Amino acid sequence: MVQSMSRDTKRPTSPHIMQYRWGIHMMASITHRIAGFILATVGMMTLVWWLLSISGGTESYAVFHTYAVDAGEGATSFQNLSNWFFRLAALAVVYSFFQHFFSGLRHLVMDMGAGFDLPANKLGAQAVFALALLATALTALLIYTRFLGA
Amino acid sequence: MGSGTEIGKVRGHGAAGHGGDHWIMQRVTALGNIVLTIWFAISLILLPSFEYETLSAWLAQASVAVPMALLIFCVFKHVRLGLQVLIEDYVPDAGLKFGAIMLLNFYVMGAGALGLFAIAKIAFTGADA
Repeated sequence: MVQSMSRDTKRPTSPHIMQYRWGIHMMASITHRIAGFILATVGMMTLVWWLLSISGGTESYAVFHTYAVDAGEGATSFQNLSNWFFRLAALAVVYSFFQHFFSGLRHLVMDMGAGFDLPANKLGAQAVFALALLATALTALLIYTRFLGA
Repeated sequence: MGSGTEIGKVRGHGAAGHGGDHWIMQRVTALGNIVLTIWFAISLILLPSFEYETLSAWLAQASVAVPMALLIFCVFKHVRLGLQVLIEDYVPDAGLKFGAIMLLNFYVMGAGALGLFAIAKIAFTGADA
C-alpha cells in the first residue's frame, strides 16, 4: 500500500498489449483468469444457493429446482428464461472448471520451472484447450443422456 | 528478519511487503482443490438421483459433510487469493483497489459462512429438515 494515490500520465508506458504477436500461450493465460472469475462468481454463488436450498428443506429445494434446473409443466415465461440462463451458466461453469483445472495443472508444472521452452510451452497451452473442450463435451453428453435425452 | 545483512533485510519481502505467503497459499489451495473437486464431481456422477431426499441424506453423512466443508473452505480461500490478484493487476487506483479487495473479502467470507452453515445444518438436523 506504499503507493502514490495519483499516477503521472506523462510518464512513458510499456508497449500496449495489442503490439504483441498473438500466441496460444497468452490466450491460455487470460482464459485461466476469465475462467477463474466465472467460477468465483456464477459457480460459487450457485453452489452456495444449492447447498442452502437443500438445508432449507423440501420446499426450498423445490424453489431451486424450479428456477435453476427445470420448472416443468405450466412454467411461467420468467421461469423458462431462468432455466435457460442456468443451463447456459452451467455450460460456462463446466467449461471454466475444466479450463481452469487443466490450465492450473500446467501452471503447477511451470511453477516447478519446467515447460518454459517455446515448443513445450505452446504444446502445453494447446493441450489445455483440447482437454478442456473434450472434457466439457463429455460432461455435456453425460448430462444430456442422463437428464434431457431419452 | 535477518541479522542486518543485505540479504537478511530483503529475505521474505517481495513487492507485497510480506513475502511469498500469498503465492504459496494459492498453490497449496490449488492442490487441495484438485483432490476435493474430483471427489465432488465423481460423487455427483455416482448419485442415483438428484431428488431432495437423496441429496439431503447424502449430505447428512459425515463422510460427505466433512469433505464438502473442506471444499468450501479451500475453494473459497483460493477464490479470495485469485480474485485479489485480478484486482491488484487491473485496478490501478490505490483507493479503488483497497475498496475492491475489502468487498472481495466480505463476499468470500459471507458466501463461505453461508455454505458452511448450510452443510452443518443438513449434517446436524438430519436428512429430513
